[in-house]
Amino acid sequence: MGHVIGRFFITLLLAALCNVVLAEDATDTGPAPNAGLHDILNQLASRSFDDKEAAIRQLAGQDHPRVVPLLNALMNRDLVQHRDSGAILLGSKNSDGWQLLDPVSEEVQQQVGSRDARPVVINNRLRTVINNQLALRDLASPDSEQRYQAAGQLIGNADPEMLSALAARRAKETVARVQDRIDVALNIATLNGDDLAARLNAIEALAGSLHPAAKNALRDRVAASDNPAEVRAAEKALARIEARIERYQTADTLFFGLSLGSVLLLAAIGLAITFGVMGVINMAHGELIMIGAYTTYVIQQLLPNSHEWSLLIAIPAAFVVSALVGILIERFVIRFLYGRPLETLLATFGVSLILQQAVRVIFSPLNRTVITPEWMSGALEINPVFSLTYNRLYIIFFALAVFLALLTLLKKTRLGLQVRAVSQNRTTARAMGIRSERVNALTFGLGSGIAGVAGVALAQLTNVGPNLGQSYIIDSFMVVVFGGVGNLWGTLTAAFSLGIANKLLEPVAGAVLAKIIVLIFIILFIQRKPRGLFPQRGRAAEE
Amino acid sequence: MQISNTLKRLTAGIMISGSIIYSGTVMAADTIKVGVLHSLSGTMAISESTLKDTVLMMIEEQNKKGGVMGKQLEPVVVDPASNWPLFAEKTRELISQQGVDVIFGCWTSVSRKSVLPVVEELNGLLFYPVQYEGEESSQNVFYTGAAPNQQAIPAVNYLINELGVERFVLAGTDYVYPRTTNKILEAYLKSKGVADKDIMINYTPFGHSDWQSIVSDIKAFGNQGKKTAVVSTINGDANVPFYKELGNQGVSAQDIPVVAFSVGEEELSGIDTGPLVGHLAAWNYFQSVYNDSNDAFIAQWHDFTKDDKRVTNDPMEATYIGFNMWVKAVEKAQSTDTDKVAAAMIGVETPNLTGGTAVMNENHHLSKPVLIGEIQDDGQFAVVWETDGLVKGDAWSDYLPGSKDLISDWSAPTQCGNYNTKTKQCLGSKAMQ
Repeated sequence: MGHVIGRFFITLLLAALCNVVLAEDATDTGPAPNAGLHDILNQLASRSFDDKEAAIRQLAGQDHPRVVPLLNALMNRDLVQHRDSGAILLGSKNSDGWQLLDPVSEEVQQQVGSRDARPVVINNRLRTVINNQLALRDLASPDSEQRYQAAGQLIGNADPEMLSALAARRAKETVARVQDRIDVALNIATLNGDDLAARLNAIEALAGSLHPAAKNALRDRVAASDNPAEVRAAEKALARIEARIERYQTADTLFFGLSLGSVLLLAAIGLAITFGVMGVINMAHGELIMIGAYTTYVIQQLLPNSHEWSLLIAIPAAFVVSALVGILIERFVIRFLYGRPLETLLATFGVSLILQQAVRVIFSPLNRTVITPEWMSGALEINPVFSLTYNRLYIIFFALAVFLALLTLLKKTRLGLQVRAVSQNRTTARAMGIRSERVNALTFGLGSGIAGVAGVALAQLTNVGPNLGQSYIIDSFMVVVFGGVGNLWGTLTAAFSLGIANKLLEPVAGAVLAKIIVLIFIILFIQRKPRGLFPQRGRAAEE
Repeated sequence: MQISNTLKRLTAGIMISGSIIYSGTVMAADTIKVGVLHSLSGTMAISESTLKDTVLMMIEEQNKKGGVMGKQLEPVVVDPASNWPLFAEKTRELISQQGVDVIFGCWTSVSRKSVLPVVEELNGLLFYPVQYEGEESSQNVFYTGAAPNQQAIPAVNYLINELGVERFVLAGTDYVYPRTTNKILEAYLKSKGVADKDIMINYTPFGHSDWQSIVSDIKAFGNQGKKTAVVSTINGDANVPFYKELGNQGVSAQDIPVVAFSVGEEELSGIDTGPLVGHLAAWNYFQSVYNDSNDAFIAQWHDFTKDDKRVTNDPMEATYIGFNMWVKAVEKAQSTDTDKVAAAMIGVETPNLTGGTAVMNENHHLSKPVLIGEIQDDGQFAVVWETDGLVKGDAWSDYLPGSKDLISDWSAPTQCGNYNTKTKQCLGSKAMQ
């Protein structure tokens, strides 16, 4: 207890000393902004968010170099309230708790335990206020990217006081895209003004703008205006905007469909090979995908500081691990069951259960966290209504790359030649000297390896758990059956068309119903064309 | 010779199974068995497995204090694996074969609905620690989680009053809890004057991972000029890709805040919450609540799990309250018999972890404070709003026409879970879905 009182007195003493020292400076150089800053900051100790908002605005209004760092500190939860003294200080978290510093002078004051100081709580409203204030200051930043982001923040959010600052900034701006954004912000603000001619000009300028704030401002204008010419102009502008938005939303849906298609392609292409070449129904295919995903997790655990490029190692590793598991399955289970599809189905189903339980025992029944590298997070924003998320974009390219690699392997290599020969007519191939047993094992290994590689991609999109395989096995069979067994191009077409169909139906029917409709469509299609879209040709293909 | 071989095998079989059964029952005389019915695998394991550990911790602590009525407590843990019919089977196994005197379990309402007929048939006792949709009150179940008037309604009020939200997206997993909660919320929003076109409702299956179109639709819905918020009743590990997609598509909490009812510290512990800062959750407890009893609980938890990074959450607090209340009721009734304990439970008080006291009401619900918290970048929540006092749990929502007039009162003389105050009649088991 005495220890706590002692600390309290030391804090008070230090705070007093700081004030004395700074006040001395102040009397030498003029008005004392520093002492004022401490007072403003201490208002943040209030429990009311309105008080905090007033304090933030007051702080932002001060002309002091520490204002921006302090606003950032408030956003990042680095401004803390010392539990005992109630003072607002800068806090730096370390292993023993908090190192408290004076917010203005950044002098180290003391070290306290982790429960002895707590960050100042802000809510969404306050974050918007702080972001607007920071954006206003960022408009003058030398970095054009910062100015671009700042202008974006202020579109639709600009208080009237900020407009003159915006206009002044526009006059000095040289970078085109920042100019455009500031123009949008100014035009939106003009729409709420009094000058009819200026409003008509603003409407003209905003026609076709994809910023949601522009559309909303135009809509408000239509509702609020009583000038028929203005209403007509605004409605025309709105119609143009809505048409543009329609087009981009269709593009968006297409992108989602392609991304779902690429996931289906990755999952199904391994199955297309094993099913196509060997006629083996492999119910453990989903688990081979899961093994690839877990390999990614293990690689990330083994290389904890290299999340940025550990995926590049994970891809060949997952291929090797899944291929080995696949070859083992082929050697020990499937080899004895050739020509007996029902038994193969049951046996591989059993293998899938064994693999799932093995993973539960080795790792844990809970999901594992796979970290997404920085370059795969976020989205490429083409315009305010159309953005492509990086993870999905890279996976589309990755799926196509895998497809091309496989195609090359099958068309250009010796192994590929043997695989194609065996799948078209096994007897003749054996008569030509091809060791079909070895080809079987390698084909199964190849299909399983591709499944493992698919698992690496899927680890970035979905939860990595023992049940990962179950979510993809049905889809994989669906794609292979629809596309035609043994034909890679069939798998590609099937995967992308099913993906796009699913995503086109989803906004209309909901996720579950869309899946059901697609399944019903495939069932009906199979009635007409049982061999799929691109059936395999060859004299003995019927076997 | 063959016959005697068969006889030998048969005798051996009887002896072995007999000894197994006997060894199972021999323990019952000296310990009180406590059943733990939480999914330890499958889509709900992310949320439920930590509750199993909580019960084990409470049992260990109680045993150190001398057990209950002088007897030690013995945990019996089963894994229903997020498989709803398996919940019912495991309940039967716990009560009939293992002879447990109380079960702490369930998370999803579909698992509770699956367990309910079994626990009523076998007259067992279930403590249910998770927020749910109401519309139920059983003599054999004590609901230590929030009813809609202790979570959903105050959260929507916060959105309307503090954030000025005028358009709502009600996104949930496709089962009874989100469906019923959304029915209640839709009725409530309409009563507050929100138009039909300003409400968008969407359901997804358990474990759904492709959120691209849904998040894009939410963005489009939210860009129409009126402040929009998402009320999320998404359960289980589908939340992880949902929040990741929100982050990737740039849906920030300042534009379209998401308030979740089934996402707590545990569900956030596996994801990077940097992009999610500002999104909300409504609970009756957060790990970040500052007081001595919470500090002590967290310290005890870290000690028990030997992991300083394990988080605490609201269903853990509900488990803590439920367990302590059960112990008090058993001591009061001096028996573990279900009917005696259930009668003794009403009125039992025990401290909660937010600095106050929890009391078990006659409708088998608690009175709890309501807290709204914003996600921080370390996976914790910062409380931005709380009720002044405690809110008494209401099993039957005032906003649904079928349940407006119903109350639940298990104390004498009413002794009914769905008593109609207008017609003065007990509806019996017919009214409970």
